[in-house]
This record gives sequence, structure tokens and C-alpha cells, in this order.
Amino acid sequence: MKAFMANRGALLALLVFAAVVLAALLAPWLAPHDPVQQFRDHMLTPPVWQAGGLWQFPLGTDELGRCLLSRLLFGARVSLMIGLLSVLLALVPGIVLGLLAAFHPRWISPLVMRVMDVLLALPGLLLAIAVITILGPGLVNTVIAIAIGALPGYVRLVRGSALAEMGRDYVTASRLAGAGTTRLMFDTVLPNCMAPVIVSGTLSFSSAILETAALGFLGLGVQPPLPEWGSMLSAARDYIERAPWVVTLPGLSILITVLAVNLMGDGLRDALDPKLRAAS
Amino acid sequence: MLQLLLKKLATLVPTLLGVTLAAFALIRLIPGDPIEIMVGERRLDPAQHAALVKQMGLDQPLPTQYLQYLTQLAHGDLGRSLVTREPVADEFKVLFPATVELAGTALLLALCLGLPLGVAAALKRGSWFDQLVMATATVGNSMPVFWWGLVLIMTFSVGLELTPVSGRIAIEYDVPFVNGFMLIDAALSDEAGAWWSALQHLVLPATVLGTIPMAVIARMTRSAMLEVLREDYMRTARAKGLSPVRVVVHHGLRNALIPIVTVLGLQVGSLLGGAVLTETIFSWPGIGKWLIDAIGRRDYPVVQAGILISALIFISVNLVVDLLYGVVNPRMRGGPGNPSA
Repeated sequence: MKAFMANRGALLALLVFAAVVLAALLAPWLAPHDPVQQFRDHMLTPPVWQAGGLWQFPLGTDELGRCLLSRLLFGARVSLMIGLLSVLLALVPGIVLGLLAAFHPRWISPLVMRVMDVLLALPGLLLAIAVITILGPGLVNTVIAIAIGALPGYVRLVRGSALAEMGRDYVTASRLAGAGTTRLMFDTVLPNCMAPVIVSGTLSFSSAILETAALGFLGLGVQPPLPEWGSMLSAARDYIERAPWVVTLPGLSILITVLAVNLMGDGLRDALDPKLRAAS
Repeated sequence: MLQLLLKKLATLVPTLLGVTLAAFALIRLIPGDPIEIMVGERRLDPAQHAALVKQMGLDQPLPTQYLQYLTQLAHGDLGRSLVTREPVADEFKVLFPATVELAGTALLLALCLGLPLGVAAALKRGSWFDQLVMATATVGNSMPVFWWGLVLIMTFSVGLELTPVSGRIAIEYDVPFVNGFMLIDAALSDEAGAWWSALQHLVLPATVLGTIPMAVIARMTRSAMLEVLREDYMRTARAKGLSPVRVVVHHGLRNALIPIVTVLGLQVGSLLGGAVLTETIFSWPGIGKWLIDAIGRRDYPVVQAGILISALIFISVNLVVDLLYGVVNPRMRGGPGNPSA
């Protein structure tokens, strides 16, 4: 933890991320308006610092006269929630399958790993698109699609680190002391595999936010009028010339959040894995 | 080398079968009657419906259907688009070069900038130059591609009016199709200015698509170079009195290339995903935009083929990367290969 705190970039990222989380949690109290309420008299109002801006809408309004600040705040909720849920939905089965594969090399391992190979045959976003094609767009399906894309990474990671740990003496000792397979898996081996899992969980959280936005942008993710950064951008495309702020602001929100999470992940990796720190 | 190739190909068989099975299942997993879903608003009388069921072989048992699908694939038959009625394979042949041209240019751009920047940053470790390159790369690595595309359009197309907003070439040029690579086709045609127009259309999308690979390559090159610079053989090379350039390029970069090649292989995945977004933003007529349009039109045979083809491309590229290891790192030749899986 000390190593993480000493990393100024990671610390700053943590603060930025905390601010985003806070904004998301407090969105109903911070937002000046309902994020889906349309002020038809104030369509495409610029932000306050531009000519024609109104204090009523600090960051301006979109093409339907909805308050951009409120939409961005509630959008943070959607993005963070989808990110968190999809990481959990991939992490838990990923750990279980990875451990099962490591402990049962004869039957379960080849089966699980071949299925993961098939999932890995498609790059993340395309796999998510394929899943959405079957399930249809929407918030829940976005979570599922992104989780399926992240699953093989966890399975491989957990299996790999579990296999490495299983050769250690403490595992043998525990086995000889009579610990059952389940106990060995979750009590003995798993805690020692968690460091890389946590790091990759952080990094896949950021790619989940990016993929959510990408799916939203393609019209395959969260559906309007629910505020989501990616779908806000997609709607804003037609107003690029007249209202640059409807394009700039949601994109900046995505970039800042993803950047903060990535820097935190890098900091965590350096702190948890001294070998990698020496290399950079 | 041949042995390694054969061994790699053998391990791919279950994956390929799995991928075809998944593509086969794609249409059948969509809830509801596949024919009705595919036809959508276009009304069908029962006779037409029955004919379509028969035409698609949906009246057969599933294993028979799958075998039929595999046989079709083996003959290069990817089915027929429901919207254009054209064979999917024919559409693909026209669109694929567009994506290759875009992704290839993006990767070239990423390599030409990322590699030297990474090496220079490693050599000047800790300097303001190093910090600037790494800060830029960190931001680039987190960049939402689709937003970045819109920002560049806003700046260079709308603001400065330097580049066109969409497409591959201005409409006044009628370039005959030779091999689908617009830069080559345009150069071969005798229309003045066509090549320049094609290049102008390519610059912005390629930059957008190349940004993340560039950032990743720069970061990876820097850390691989830093690792290598510490090695004893580098000191030996310098002590032998070799010129600094020769030391860095021949002894340094050559050895740093191994992790870089790995990253390059992974980047092709992000290029395929990025191509979907980039092509959508710039209306670039490649397989990414084709896929998204097909989903919008519920043209499922196209979606199925597009997904299958993307997987095949990704698998082949990873195979090439595995083989490239042997080329850049003689120690890997004939060895156990990639220890994963």
C-alpha cells in the first residue's frame, strides 16, 4: 500500500476516480435537473462560459433540451454500475472455472480451456457485439456481453497462477494435513493468486467502461432516454458543427474516468508486483 | 519451422470447430422464429415462409444442419444477404480490402511513430522528452476511439476544412476496381488527383485507428528497451567500440522486439474492434461498418459471416505472431512455443 501511495500518478488517479464515484453516488442531489426532462425552449444551449450560456444549465443542453450536466452525472452512474457488475459477473465464474481447471487437469481443464479459446477467438468488442446480436441491446445485456468477453482472461489468469502455487510446499503441507479439494482451492491457493486478479480486475473495469460506451455509441448498448456517455455521443454526432460541447463533454468524461482507472491499475500492479516495478 | 507450424495448426482445430459452431448457433439462438426475425417487417405468406425454411435447411435436424453449414463453408459459401440478395462472400471480397487498407495504414503509422518514440524515451529515461512521450501514450491508451474520431473530424474537417469527413474517395472520381485498395486503384487509374483524394480520405481514419496501438507500442518498446539496456551484452557491445546506433538497433532493439511482437499480435484484436467504430464514424465501407449495418437491418447471414470472418482473421494473425517469435527470437525455434493454454 505504501508503494501505491508513493506513486503520485496513481494517487492523483485515485482522487479523480473517487470524485467520479462521488458524483455518481450523489447524482440525484448534485444534478440540477431530471436527466430525461426536455426543456424544449432551450435546445442546444451552450455551456455558461460561452456566449448565450445560461446558469440554469451550467454545461449547456443537448439536442432535446436536456441538461447536459445532469445527464453526465447520471451517466457516471450507468457507466460505473455496468463496469462494476460486468467485472463481478466475469470475476466470480472466472475464479471458479480457473480453479476447477487447475485442480482437475484431466477432464475439466481441457474442456474449459477449449471453450475459452473459442471465446478468445473474437476480440472483446466483437464478441460483445455477437452476444448483443443474440440477446438484443439494453443495460442488463450490455453487462452480460462485456462479462462474457472478460471471462477467458480471468480463467486463464487464475488457472495459471493456481498451477504455479500448487507446486509450493505449503499447498502440499495443507493437502497432507487432510484438507479437501474445495478447501485447498478456495482457502489455501486462491488467496495467494489474488494479486494479479485484482490488478487485472481494475484494468478490465476500465475496458468495461470503454466497451459500454462503444456499444452505446453503436446503438447496441444502453438505450435512450437513459443517460449513457456513449449513446450521448452517438446522438451528438449530428450536431458536431453547431454544438461542439455535446460531443466534447461526454467524451471527456469517458476519457478522464478510463484514464484514472488505468493509472490506478498501473499503480496497483507496480505496488503488488515488485518484479514488474523493477522493470519500469 | 514447418513442424512448429503443423503443431500450431493442429491445436487450432478444436478452436476452429468451436468458432464455426458458435457462428452456426448465432442465428439459431436468437429468440423467436429465425425466419420471421430475419424477414422482419417484410411480410411473408406461409408458402414463402416454408420455402425459406427449406432453403436455409432449418427443417433438418441440428447436427445435419451444422454439417451442411460446414460443407458450405468449405466451398467458400457464406450464405446470401437477406437485404441485397448477393452472396455474402462476394460482398466481403469488395469490403475486405478497405478494412485491410485502413487497419494496415493504422498499424504502419503506429509502428513508424511508436517504435522510435519508445526507443528514444528509453534512451533519454527521466528526461522531459521521456515524460512527455509517456504521458501522451498513457492518455492515448485510454482514448475512446469513437470520441477521438469525432474530435479529429471537428478539428480537421469542420474547423480547418483540411480533410473530408467520410468515405474513401471524392465522388467526382470514378476509380475502376482492381484490387480494392483505393490507394493502389487510384494510382493505377489515369484520373489526376484521385490518388491524392484517396490519401486525404485515409489520413484521419488511419490516425484514429492507429492511436491506441501507437500508445501501446510506444509504452511496450520503452519498457522492453529499458530491460535490454541493462543487459551485459549491451555493455560488451559498447565496450567493443561499436557505434551507438549499431548498439541500439542491432543489439538493443533486436532483443527488445520479442515482447513488442507479442503486443503487436494483441493489437490486431483491438484494431478489429476499433475498425468497427472507426468505419462507423467515417462511413468507411469496410467489414466493420458492414457488420454494424447488418445488425441494424437484421441481415443475420451477414452478421454470422462477419463474426466468423473476424474470428478467422484474428486466429490467423495470432498464428502468424506465434511463428514470428521464431523469426525474431532464434531461441524459440523448435521450442515448445507459446506456453499458454
